[in-house]
Order: sequence, then C-alpha cells, then structure tokens
Amino acid sequence: MVDPRTTIINERLKRISRIIAVSSGKGGVGKSIVATTLALTLSRSGYKVGLFDLDFTSPSTHLILGAKDTQPKEDKGIIPPVVHGLAYMSLIYYSHDQAAPLRGIDTSNALIELLAVTQWGELDFLIIDMPPGIGDAVLDLIRLVKRIDFLIVTTPSLLAFETVRKQVALLQSVKVPIIGIVENMKMTNAANVRAETGKLGLKFLAEIPYDAKIEEAIGDETKLLGTVLAKKIRQLIASNAL
Amino acid sequence: MHEWTLAEAVIATAQQIAEKEKLREVKEVTIKVGELQQVEKGILQFALSQLKPTNFKNAKFHITRAKTTLKCRVCGNTWLFKKQKLDKDTAEAIHFIPEVAHTYIKCPKCGSPDFEITEGRGIWLESIKGAR
Repeated sequence: MVDPRTTIINERLKRISRIIAVSSGKGGVGKSIVATTLALTLSRSGYKVGLFDLDFTSPSTHLILGAKDTQPKEDKGIIPPVVHGLAYMSLIYYSHDQAAPLRGIDTSNALIELLAVTQWGELDFLIIDMPPGIGDAVLDLIRLVKRIDFLIVTTPSLLAFETVRKQVALLQSVKVPIIGIVENMKMTNAANVRAETGKLGLKFLAEIPYDAKIEEAIGDETKLLGTVLAKKIRQLIASNAL
Repeated sequence: MHEWTLAEAVIATAQQIAEKEKLREVKEVTIKVGELQQVEKGILQFALSQLKPTNFKNAKFHITRAKTTLKCRVCGNTWLFKKQKLDKDTAEAIHFIPEVAHTYIKCPKCGSPDFEITEGRGIWLESIKGAR
C-alpha cells in the first residue's frame, strides 16, 4: 500500500521560484503578521506571490489579510483565490473558520493533501506561515518539499530565543537553508538577539520595534502596509537579503 | 475536478514503482479509495484513462472502495462514516480535505471530536502488475 499523494508534491511546486517558510520557536512572536506583510510587500514590489497558512489549528492570516467572501475554485485540483493580489490558501476554506482539532497524523495528512492538490501555478515567491515550534508541519515540509528556506521570527525574550536555538539546530542538522532571523516587538536597544544570531552563524535580518497600533491594521491591507513593520520588510527586500 | 490531481498522483507513483521494478509495461493498477474522501469513481477512472502514459497503454485500473471506520480516542467507541448524514457543504469540505471531519463529526456516543480515522481515509495505491 502506497500513498500516491507525496509523489506529486514537488511537481505541484515546480513553477515556484522561491519557497520561504516563516517560522518561530514559540507562538505569539508575530510570525503570521510578518509572513502576511512579507507576502503583501513582495507582491507590491511586482512579484507574483502566494501565501499559504499552514498553522492549521490556529490560522490567522485570513484575519490579517481581511480575506472575506473568497473561496478556492475547483479545476483539476484546487485553485487558490486571489486576495489583495496574493494567491491565498488556508484550511479555513474547508473548516469554515471553525475549530479544527487535529492530532499529529491528521496535521500531516491535511498538509500532504493541500500540497498535493493545490495548483499554485507560476509564482516568484510562496510564503508559508508555519505553526510555531518543530512539530509535524516543519518535519513534513523538510521531508516533502525539496527547495525550502526558513525565515525565523523571534522576540527579544530569552524564552523565545531559546526555542529558536533548538529550531536552528534542527534545521542546520538536516541542512535546510535558513535565510536569517527577524527580531520583532523590540522595546529596548538591547543587542543580545543580534549577537546571539551571529554566534549561530546566521544573518540578523531586521529589528522591528514594538508597535502598539499594529492591532488597528489587522484586516486592513492599506494600514498594514503603512506600519513600521512593512517599512522594515521593504528595506529587507530592497537590500536583497532574502 | 479534484479527482484529476489524485489521478495524476496515482499515475506518477505507479510510474515510479514500474521504473523501480523494471516493468516495461504496466498491465494492472489496483487503487483503494476510502469512503471519507467521497472520490467519484467514474471521474477518477476517466482521469486515469486520459492521463496514462504509453507504457500504461493496456493497463486496467481497478478501483475498490473501503468503508471508513472511526474510533473515538476518548471513549473507545467505533463507528462507520456515513456521507448521508452530512449537508452538501460539509460533505464537500471533507471531500477536499478529509481531516476537516474533525471539525464537523463528533463521536455519536460521547460527542468528542478526538477520533482516529482507522480505515478508509483517502486514496491508496494497493498493487501494480506488469511485464518486464
């Protein structure tokens, strides 16, 4: 007995130039908002971009994007709807924004199914919003997707960075490329994350100040692209650090 | 049609196995589809016939259905999935991503969504026969 779905995954992704998994050791560090803003900013820079929410049990990119009244189409697979210029896919289209209580095996199966049946077409970038940690989704992506780079988001908290260390160790041990680390919600001038990133042999990509008003930008693409976060991401793209 | 992507996956996998087993020609492919995914046998059969490569020219595709057994992790109750009990939107959502069954289906005995799909989830390649 063979599961045929895994064979077709890289065929589905072959017309995507770059796949970036936006990841974090812990939840609550702003990973989803960084992933969404990165996808929108790349799109506004003229690239063809997809955004894929793989945080099945706690999806939030649809709220950040304000993705309303959209639904994938069915045509020899699933065609992601276009939301603010992004090809967008999330499990919420099938769970209808209700709770999806999935154990590890179910997460793996749902991830394989979505990777096998989603027709992304030709993209310059596919940005994946990962669930936090080094659980099933990370292990499955490493196992199933040939070309994938990780971008790690953390906060200045020692607690967050300690989980990043473990994630970096895992990714480095299996030789998965890490673009670098983004320090989000920075409230002081402390340089410890920058210094520790250097010690891990990784690139420190950006520091994003804590923004008390970012909540007001949730669901509003224009406001989101006007935040300091978006400005920092624009600088990151312009510097060719990706 | 969602069945087309699954058919493509079946052909690609069968081709991979044929190459590994050094089969010159593939004559028979047996596929098992679980009730939960509600794959349309006719569409799958048609898609397979349209997608088959030259070394599959005379291949027959046998599609068998497997009942879906669900087992509650909380109370241990085992029951069979029945599509008829679902509304159209829910059945369609489960057709695309069978795991969203955990959103809509509860254990009929204790009401928990924490159940295991012990059999009959989706599509499986059961066997492949051919000539060397």
